[in-house]
Amino acid sequence: MADVLAILPQQLVFGLALGTVYGLVALGYTMVYGILFMINFAHGEIFMIGAYVGWWVLALLLQAQAGALHPAWVLPLMLLPAMLFTGALGVGLERFAYRPLYLRGATRLGPLISAIGASIFLQNAVMLTQGARMKVYMTSLLFPRDWRIQIAGASVSALVIVMVAVAGLMMWGLHLLVQRTTLGRSIRAVAEDREMAAIMGVNVRRVIALTFFMGSALGGAGGVLVGLYYTQIDFFMGYSAGLKAFTAAVLGGIGNIRGAMLGGLILGLVESLAVTFMNPAYKDVVAFVLLILVLVIRPTGLLGESVAARAKV
Amino acid sequence: MLKLTDVDTHYGPLPVLKSVSLEVRVGEIVCLLGGNASGKSTTMKTILGVVRPTAGRVEFEGDRIDGLATEVIARRGISLVPEARRIFARMTVWENLSMGAFTRQKAPAGEVAQDFERVWTLFPRLKERQHQLGGTLSGGEQQMLAIGRALMARPRLLLMDEPSMGLAPVLVDQVFDIIRAINGQGTTILVVEQNAPVALSIATRGYVLQNGRIVIHDTARILLATDYVRRAYLGED
Repeated sequence: MADVLAILPQQLVFGLALGTVYGLVALGYTMVYGILFMINFAHGEIFMIGAYVGWWVLALLLQAQAGALHPAWVLPLMLLPAMLFTGALGVGLERFAYRPLYLRGATRLGPLISAIGASIFLQNAVMLTQGARMKVYMTSLLFPRDWRIQIAGASVSALVIVMVAVAGLMMWGLHLLVQRTTLGRSIRAVAEDREMAAIMGVNVRRVIALTFFMGSALGGAGGVLVGLYYTQIDFFMGYSAGLKAFTAAVLGGIGNIRGAMLGGLILGLVESLAVTFMNPAYKDVVAFVLLILVLVIRPTGLLGESVAARAKV
Repeated sequence: MLKLTDVDTHYGPLPVLKSVSLEVRVGEIVCLLGGNASGKSTTMKTILGVVRPTAGRVEFEGDRIDGLATEVIARRGISLVPEARRIFARMTVWENLSMGAFTRQKAPAGEVAQDFERVWTLFPRLKERQHQLGGTLSGGEQQMLAIGRALMARPRLLLMDEPSMGLAPVLVDQVFDIIRAINGQGTTILVVEQNAPVALSIATRGYVLQNGRIVIHDTARILLATDYVRRAYLGED
């Protein structure tokens, strides 16, 4: 038991790092659900493609300048193209794979099936163009292994601090955008009552496209961070990560932005605790048992009042 | 100002409006009467481009607006107090009003603030509750918020869909006083109502809609005296 307690702080740090990234990716699910009531099952692939774009940027920079690179300028250079590319990809998916279906007033199942199709399409597109073998992130050239500090018995690497900071800043930024700006208000208005929002003069299609852009860009950023953290990426990584982030979104209450962040954190922490106290093979079991419990006890998720209120209308 | 000419609207194959023609002139309060499912709300939705007419034309200030997107029509200066209020329940009172002014983001700085003041003056209750979520307001307060929200757009034409529905009689009188006051400040109004006596008492002219057709139109005073209207809408035998 003493051993377990000794590694607990370390595990909590891992849990926090993973949890903030889960939260970041979960935002994409929750924002799209909030505005269209559909689950964008291709979001995991958007995350994966973000990881690939980040990898390419890093590889090109390493080629141009052999040796160590400083993360202060390299990381933004990786994140920005990854976010722009995945954001644009999300907008493209909405435009060509979802909008034709939801505009026609097809059942909710239509866009959902289209999303699963898009997910398979993107996986295979990446496999065919990038190869089926995994790619290795040269993280250690960006964040040397000895960049770490000791906090309360845990050894925290610079990368983990950067991950938490980047993900945290992005979530905070999104929160401010949604709560404080005119654009944010128009997003919430469209989510609540699309027709009334249009009557107020909001261009609903543009707001939906922007929501896809933001959600996908955050997912792409999550891909870069996870790539750096796990150092290995492949075309199939979006499947399980997407499922986890989706779980986080449901856990917090899908459609609720703060819920996604909270759900991500809880999921990350619960997983790392599970690894601490039992066989690591049970990690995913614990995550999904948690999901089932929440769905049974509180189907709207932890902060999911908004969905309940909507269901009543 | 607003002119509908021979407008047909269908929901799928189902005809709802049949050759509806009506006109609202600058400065008027025009009242559209009709029972349930007579097509009143559909007329509103057709004007706003929420549903597209299958035939006929809708003109606003001389320009054809049928076929335009709803948000484009809204920006031209038409706003709506919808049936059942439909305020944004998960946004604060202040945010609801600010959504009302969405089309006026390029307006001079002081102008929107002035309009907030105007709404606060009309509805002091809303000012007290400006930080509360819309969904926590009472029905009457929500109706005031819906009216306030529509006014924030500084519409030249205000559409009101059953503003008296679900309100206590005292509030109904209050709402119609406010409608008259808004009209007095220069806003043209088209109001849909089931409560014919109150609506006709403030209206300039009225139309009666039945099964998607305009069956009568005349000045409010004549309508109030018409046998048919009295029987159908004023509850007299």
